[in-house]
Amino acid sequence: MGASIPKAVVIGTSAGGVTALSKILSRLPKDFRLPVMVVIHVPPDKPSIMSSLFREKCGAPVKEIEDKEEIVDGTVYFAAPDYHMLVEPSKRLSLSMDERVFHSRPSIDVLFESASHCFGDSLIGVILTGANEDGANGLNAVERVGGVAIVQTPQEAEHQEMPRAAIEKCKSARVMTLEEIANYLVEVSVRQ
Amino acid sequence: MTNDTEDIEIRLLLEAIFHRYHYDFRGYAQASIRRRLKQAKEFFSCPTYSNLQDRVLHDSAVFTRLVSFLTIQVSELFRDPQYFKAIRETVVPYLKTYPSLKVWIAGCSEGEEVYSLAILFREEGFGNRVIIYATDINPVAIERAEAGVYNLDRMKLFTENHRLSGGKSSLSDYYTAAYGAAVFDKSLREQIVFSDHSLVTDSVFAEVQFVSCRNVLIYFDRELQNRAVRLFHGSLSRHGFLGLGMKESLRFTEYASSFIEWNRDVRIYQKKST
Repeated sequence: MGASIPKAVVIGTSAGGVTALSKILSRLPKDFRLPVMVVIHVPPDKPSIMSSLFREKCGAPVKEIEDKEEIVDGTVYFAAPDYHMLVEPSKRLSLSMDERVFHSRPSIDVLFESASHCFGDSLIGVILTGANEDGANGLNAVERVGGVAIVQTPQEAEHQEMPRAAIEKCKSARVMTLEEIANYLVEVSVRQ
Repeated sequence: MTNDTEDIEIRLLLEAIFHRYHYDFRGYAQASIRRRLKQAKEFFSCPTYSNLQDRVLHDSAVFTRLVSFLTIQVSELFRDPQYFKAIRETVVPYLKTYPSLKVWIAGCSEGEEVYSLAILFREEGFGNRVIIYATDINPVAIERAEAGVYNLDRMKLFTENHRLSGGKSSLSDYYTAAYGAAVFDKSLREQIVFSDHSLVTDSVFAEVQFVSCRNVLIYFDRELQNRAVRLFHGSLSRHGFLGLGMKESLRFTEYASSFIEWNRDVRIYQKKST
């Protein structure tokens, strides 16, 4: 468990992710205090609908990222289709067109690795339902810097492969249901 | 702790590259350069960045390979067809009013965008009234761009992109297929000037009416973005156009108020008169 007070949340998911994310994001209050960066795998050629989809469901402000924008506490950021989302040490978000990771761009690993370098042990990393292995290395990076690694209970996940791969690579990961994850995030925010 | 040491090593490596080879990556966005350097470190089997620095300093061949790790972008012909469609529909009519047209493609990498625009301007009837300057910092990429040879199995995607961009001819009119490769028509190259140019260290070299610089600025930090946009602004004629990548904008640069948003959806800007 992280030694510091958590300062930021990264969430990664793929197949089944819309439903799973709804259950978490709909629980975040308007005054949620941590920034949340989300990668959900979507087809590259589709205009992004995620941020508008979740804007109505989430109390906290939701937006798709723009290159070099400053991370604001309490905002939920969605990666843009066909671009990786990275966290800069200057606490800004940046985009890249680098090659796909596990056929995915945006990639969960790319976000989690850059975020763990930036936030260290004050980062919470969450892996939800999904049908590939993207995110396992990223969550391992969160664990290595002393952050909090959380994985959705595989039995509850619509697709178990992503959570199982993450658990395999992160021995200290906390395995939680969506409801427990939502409760935990709300509680962490209150403690700020 | 590991991170701190690595941060120092990476900073020193970029300094070393600058002093030894005059390539300046120090203002690149750190998160992605770090990722690319990590891949290079693994490729060269270097245990540390200090070790990579040692090899780069003493072996220019290692440096040449490293530049490709840090800069090469694989793109597509007519990538984001709606960008090219918007150029045809809303920018071309304007560009036609100039007696001759000069276009700058900044950060052309392996040339996909260069051939896209060369074909587009031919289809739109510019004939030989157009000159395209295609620049990149990586000589290896420029060589490949100049060769204009792409894997044949990418042509299906390129052809579909071209069609969606409002293509007025068949893409296959512009290349010949041989040995699994598509070789683009030499006559397209007659209007293209390929050259080595750095947005970080070089200056304005020509007056142009259209600058296309897509998915290059995302790799720069804000200071460097400002420098690059200053060059574009300085190069453009009055009312000239600037096209960026689909998720890039001038909003966080010093030049936000020097351009109007000509087409917001596909990030085409027009330089204001003053």
